[in-house]
Amino acid sequence: MSSAPESEETSAGPVEQEVRSTSDASDFSSFPGALGLRLIERHARFYRRLWLVVASGAAEPLFYLLSVGIGIGGLIGTVQGPAGYPVPYREFVAPGLLAVSALNGALNDSTFNVYGRLKFEKLYDSVLATPLGAQDVALAEIGWAVVRGILYAVPFLIVMAAMGLIVSPWALLALPGAALVAFATAAAGVALTTYMKSWQDFEYVVLVSVPLFLFSGTFFPLSVYPHVIGLIVEWMPLYQGVVILRDLVLGAPTWALLWRAAYLAAIGALGMAVAGRRIAKLLLV
Amino acid sequence: MPEVLVRARGLTKRFGGFTAVDGIDFDLRAGEAFGFLGPNGAGKSSTMRMLGCVSPPTGGELTILGGDPVRDGAAIRARLGVVPQEDTLDAELTVRENLLVYGRYFGLGRKLIAERTDQLLDFVQLAERANDMVDPLSGGMKRRLTIARSLINEPEILILDEPTTGLDPQARHVVWDRLFRLKQRGITLILTTHYMDEAEQLCDRLVVMDHGKIAAEGTPRELITRYATPEVLELRFAPDEQEAAAEKIQDLIPERSEVTADRILIYEADGDAFLERVHAAGLQPITELVRRSSLEDVFLRLTGRTLVD
Amino acid sequence: MSVTASSPADRSRAWGADSRPEGLPPAISPDTLHAPLGKLPGGWELSVRAFRCWLVMYRRTWRASIWSSILGPLFYLGAMGYGLGSLVDAHGTASLGGVSYVVFIAPAVLAVHAMNTALSNSMFPVFGAMRWNSIYLAARATMLRPADINRGHLLFITMRIAMNSACFVIVMAAFGLIRSWWGVLLLPASVLLGLAFAAPVAAWTVTLKTTTPMNYIIRFGSIPLSLFSGTFFPISRLPAWIRPLAYATPLWHGVALCRSLALGTVTAGSAAIHVGYLAAMAAIGLWAGARSYRGRLYV
Repeated sequence: MSSAPESEETSAGPVEQEVRSTSDASDFSSFPGALGLRLIERHARFYRRLWLVVASGAAEPLFYLLSVGIGIGGLIGTVQGPAGYPVPYREFVAPGLLAVSALNGALNDSTFNVYGRLKFEKLYDSVLATPLGAQDVALAEIGWAVVRGILYAVPFLIVMAAMGLIVSPWALLALPGAALVAFATAAAGVALTTYMKSWQDFEYVVLVSVPLFLFSGTFFPLSVYPHVIGLIVEWMPLYQGVVILRDLVLGAPTWALLWRAAYLAAIGALGMAVAGRRIAKLLLV
Repeated sequence: MPEVLVRARGLTKRFGGFTAVDGIDFDLRAGEAFGFLGPNGAGKSSTMRMLGCVSPPTGGELTILGGDPVRDGAAIRARLGVVPQEDTLDAELTVRENLLVYGRYFGLGRKLIAERTDQLLDFVQLAERANDMVDPLSGGMKRRLTIARSLINEPEILILDEPTTGLDPQARHVVWDRLFRLKQRGITLILTTHYMDEAEQLCDRLVVMDHGKIAAEGTPRELITRYATPEVLELRFAPDEQEAAAEKIQDLIPERSEVTADRILIYEADGDAFLERVHAAGLQPITELVRRSSLEDVFLRLTGRTLVD
Repeated sequence: MSVTASSPADRSRAWGADSRPEGLPPAISPDTLHAPLGKLPGGWELSVRAFRCWLVMYRRTWRASIWSSILGPLFYLGAMGYGLGSLVDAHGTASLGGVSYVVFIAPAVLAVHAMNTALSNSMFPVFGAMRWNSIYLAARATMLRPADINRGHLLFITMRIAMNSACFVIVMAAFGLIRSWWGVLLLPASVLLGLAFAAPVAAWTVTLKTTTPMNYIIRFGSIPLSLFSGTFFPISRLPAWIRPLAYATPLWHGVALCRSLALGTVTAGSAAIHVGYLAAMAAIGLWAGARSYRGRLYV
């Protein structure tokens, strides 16, 4: 029921062809992590061949929207919305699924594929022989996972608009909000993946992401929980992301959104720092 | 005269439009070590798979232990041992478990497998690694384990596809030694190789294969006598001088000569004597070597190419 | 590097062979060479041998899969059944046949879990056994035939489906979600459902050259199937034009069968249709597997 692990990368071409000579790189040398853009570029080239896979990744939240939002929605009627009045269930669930789509998009590329590249494809070894450093690699991997998250979120937003589920002009901020969710997921994903020892450890990824997906206020409001559990769920990053997007799409923004966004950004920053340090440790032995 | 275990007549294997094995004939007798010598792409592996009863022949006849490989394949395989080119070991199990799993395929009892495992691991000198995982073992150890595994059912014929390719020299000698001892016990060996030293040292009889056909057959000594002279003189000249030197050498009328990209090979009964004539003719080679001829020279004679491209 | 001896006897002298080789199998006697080819064990004996080897490998990896095998469906039951269920029950359960939402979806979650177990065991592990870790190739060199290798793996997959389903049925019973004594047939029903998926999918997976088609099947096959086959909402809520498509899928039959058993609404006619359909899928899968495995292993 959870996202299938994708391992579309069966071979990674050498990156030396993509990374240009040092004289070009020196134009950007003052911009931190700029060389990492080269690595993102390399991934983008690879995936252009697999655009269908990327596009199809957006289908999953759409299926959930149709089945849960509309199919089950008919059995539920309305729920209490963030603005204080009841909304149709499908309007309640759609922003939650938007957050989940951003998370899913970022998850595979920040976990399975990173692990595969670390262990098997020696991609990083060849990259680090160039002017790129370990922090650039971390940044690039996170950056690419964020791009992937956005690539999943955009089609879903379009579908939401087409189905009349976007209520307020505040929804314009939904895309940066989704990017923020992707960023937090990607950074945490890459950081945690650097600690994994074997493919069996990926059970933990599934073990964490499935309950996160199910219980973080995507499908039902926190009021369903006993009070104590609700307090715990509030600390989940996905829950904060869901609330941000729901408030924006349904037109009930509050100043608290800034705190929520800061929370996600902080997780992202922490993940970035840890990932950079860990990749340096793992590769530059 | 030992009994014939395998008989092939006009054996052919085609994949779509491509003919990998093109009508070969051979007999395999009990107790001998029979080799298929040839470069990559000669059709050796396809032949081994047909002998291993896992690839139906496209044409011709093939009889193994009195049975037909297509009809009686499984029953024949029960009496074969196979050491494939790529190790098909289970990297996520231990050495001992790999032997257990394989033995169970043959329906052997656990106790019997345990006994044979101990004996076989002793034989291939892996006894101390019995409980280690397969993944971290070296290439040579994995190959020895594959050999041990192939013997778990006490086969009468052992089929080895390039048994020492990819191994370092030390590992190769260990494998040769083990295979030789097996031969002493009466197990019939069929092996393919593109290493001439392996063919010379292990095989009683061999065939030279190229492009799916058998170019020659015999014992190593017979082949060398028939297709090459006792000695070979190898001369190396500066690149721009080679052509002129080759012409001058032709004037000396050698028994046979070959010009390869980097050397001139002169086949003579007495290499040193010819070398003196070369010097007398005023030629100054950069390097000169007199050696006994080998199957490499046989192959060069038969096909015009070297064994290893 | 020259060959100085020409006969095997001479060569053994050259090698300095000793007369006491240790650890070797006994010498081949001429009598064994004259023995005719033996007969193969009949029936499923060879398939069982292949199955037992999967057990040896499972001994190493069972711990890792426990969490996803058991916890995954429990989470779904909790979140959807109780979490979402509180919203549904508040609104009214007439369309569910009068039972609470969690009772309505529990048998469906069982069916989906059986399907997912079947798929996750008949896709990547079959592909890997063919192309990554050569388990099939190793077995092929022995007296096992391709059909034995196929059935041995399916026996193992059936065992996994049965184990996972049993765990969930126990949970269902413990939470009082089984409303009828017909519920004792829930375990064989979900095993049949799993096999109806595993057999054809394994027959297909073994022919693949890359993993991409499998990812598509998961994304565009099993996920929508699990969402729209009358699992989380009655199938009557689907638009009329798409309903026949749903009725044609094995999962709908499995869900309908399990739900009717758990709620006690099963009839002889409906059970016959569902069981017949699933059994036919499984039988076709077995037949196709013997052929496709043979095509891939005897090249």
